[in-house]
Amino acid sequence: MTKESQRLGKPQAYYRENYLRNLPSAFCAGCGNGTILNSFVRAVDELIVSKQIRHKDLLGVSGIGCSAWIPSPHFKGDTLHTTHGRAIAFATGAKVMNPQLKVVVFTGDGDGAAIGGNHLIHAARRNIPMTVILVNNLNYGMTGGQSAPTTPLHVQTSTYPQHPEAPFDLTQLVLGAGASYVARWTTFYVNELIATIKEALIHPGFSFIEVISQCPTYAARFFSEFQSTLSPDELDQYRRHPGAWMLKALKGKKSGEHLGQPQYQLKLKDKDIELGLFRRELRPTLIEYLQELWG
Amino acid sequence: MKPGLYFVDGGTACAEGAIYAGCSFFAGYPITPATSIVEWMAKRLPEVKGYYLQMEDEIASIAAIIGASWAGGKAMTATSGPGFSLMQENLGYAYLTETPIVIVDAQRSGPSTGQATMPGQQDIMQARYGSHGDIPPIAFCPWSVQEMFDFTIYAFNYAERFRTPTLVMSDGEISYMREPLTIPKSQEFPVINRERLTPNHSSPRDIFLRYEMPRFGDGMNLLVTGSAHRPTGVRDYTPRFHRATIEWLFEKNQQAGNALRKERLDLEVTDLESASTAVLSFGAAARPAYHAVQRARKKGRKVGFIRLKTLWPLPEAHLLEVLKDVQRVLVVEMNMGMMVHEIARLARHASVISVPKVAGEVHQSDEILDQILEGDVT
Repeated sequence: MTKESQRLGKPQAYYRENYLRNLPSAFCAGCGNGTILNSFVRAVDELIVSKQIRHKDLLGVSGIGCSAWIPSPHFKGDTLHTTHGRAIAFATGAKVMNPQLKVVVFTGDGDGAAIGGNHLIHAARRNIPMTVILVNNLNYGMTGGQSAPTTPLHVQTSTYPQHPEAPFDLTQLVLGAGASYVARWTTFYVNELIATIKEALIHPGFSFIEVISQCPTYAARFFSEFQSTLSPDELDQYRRHPGAWMLKALKGKKSGEHLGQPQYQLKLKDKDIELGLFRRELRPTLIEYLQELWG
Repeated sequence: MKPGLYFVDGGTACAEGAIYAGCSFFAGYPITPATSIVEWMAKRLPEVKGYYLQMEDEIASIAAIIGASWAGGKAMTATSGPGFSLMQENLGYAYLTETPIVIVDAQRSGPSTGQATMPGQQDIMQARYGSHGDIPPIAFCPWSVQEMFDFTIYAFNYAERFRTPTLVMSDGEISYMREPLTIPKSQEFPVINRERLTPNHSSPRDIFLRYEMPRFGDGMNLLVTGSAHRPTGVRDYTPRFHRATIEWLFEKNQQAGNALRKERLDLEVTDLESASTAVLSFGAAARPAYHAVQRARKKGRKVGFIRLKTLWPLPEAHLLEVLKDVQRVLVVEMNMGMMVHEIARLARHASVISVPKVAGEVHQSDEILDQILEGDVT
């Protein structure tokens, strides 16, 4: 892992010049998508500078939702902005047709786990070499704060006065589907996220990173337990600047180690959520099996 | 398969046509009566170092071939009615992003699961209007095993030449039927390859509203989106940009229509000189229709035959020319009457009569002959 100091040595303008375009973005103030985009381009830069990947091989694929706008139009590289939920299926075709490509899918909890959940588990099962970064902001942000399959039980959304459904644990879902690399972070853990994206991008197989992210516009109200720990002054701050303050709610406690890396635990509406690396293993990929058929 | 004469089913002929055309990527999902296409592609593509994928559903199948097309491959999928319905959203994506792909719909009798193994021609309006938004389709309609081979190649040629999805609207009858198939020598049949937009091109920034197509991995930082966009790919909802895009899609479709007529791929006319009645049909239904016309002529009736080889774009001008002197048009199709409305709109001078057939059966030649004889003005 490149030292943080080296990374910090590069000015913002460097990343803007080399990896970003069509700025300013349309993201709300305090949205986690900017953090994820920044983490992504830092990870990519380190891999490009150390010649582990080539810029022209990178392909960012996305579907519909706020997360889809991370690569398209903001990542300066090849991008494919597709239909709702189908990014992984489009990405599968591109990757198989040209295995040289480094395919990174940006998806959300609605895009990737509701309408597109089927493609997610099948890509994990196939072990097709690509990285899926799933931004889990616990709701549908783009359409106005509706319930998602990840929305915590009993919170208020615009489509459910009291969300009556249990949420998905997406990391466990993808582990169960057989993904060969699985990690989960929140937008609080920026350095860990950068290191994980780097590792995932060069992992030979299907890699999945769930990033629990803050939606300051619609999901601030979901963190009522966290809000109950705040003083009236702090609560006022929370309401004025929910994006920044939600990061505090997305900070966990160290809970142990797995695969030589620290894990953290986070409480989200009665549910304990583990953060860290969950699986990193090698097994043959879909591309290898397909090329075996050539004889 | 080597050049030569074979006795195969329509699905195999279709798959061989795709291989002949240089298809290097196929993604599909098992569905009757498209299965023989999928199975033959699964066997054949690895032999030519191509890729075959069985996807988790038809939505993923069409998504994968669009992705593969942007990665530089000639790509195809095959399905039947239920799968074709599922593909409609991503088919619209392919129209808007000007992505060459080929979709074969071996139509079966619907609606819904319907008669899963039995033929129909009930998807032709879905081919025309199925995806939301304005879409300009190119849809071939084979009536023989040989045409399953030929039209699949033409479908690739038109997809690559006009940078658009193309459809082969087959049906369960033509896909399952066995007939002689002649596979021509390599290069004997015209195959059109994609004109590539490379970084060295004098104007590589505009990636849409043009015939040349870029591909991923060439360092061109492509922005491909299903949202309204400028020619550069940057998302932009300004009316003038989206209007230009839609008008361009329809302009290309019109050019394709002209090319189809020039190549005699729009329609085929038999014995129409001095005929007062025309029988118009397409696909499997055209076989008994043609037979009925021959029988009626033997009885001395002044009847001619028109077969649509492409359903869309409908060869309107050409149809008007050939129909101008007839007084009666019988439209024979395996649905409750779909194309008949298009013909009635064009041939206002004539009496246009629907000869429908549903429930998974192909017309009997007798039924059509009865209609020709009944109320025959001569």
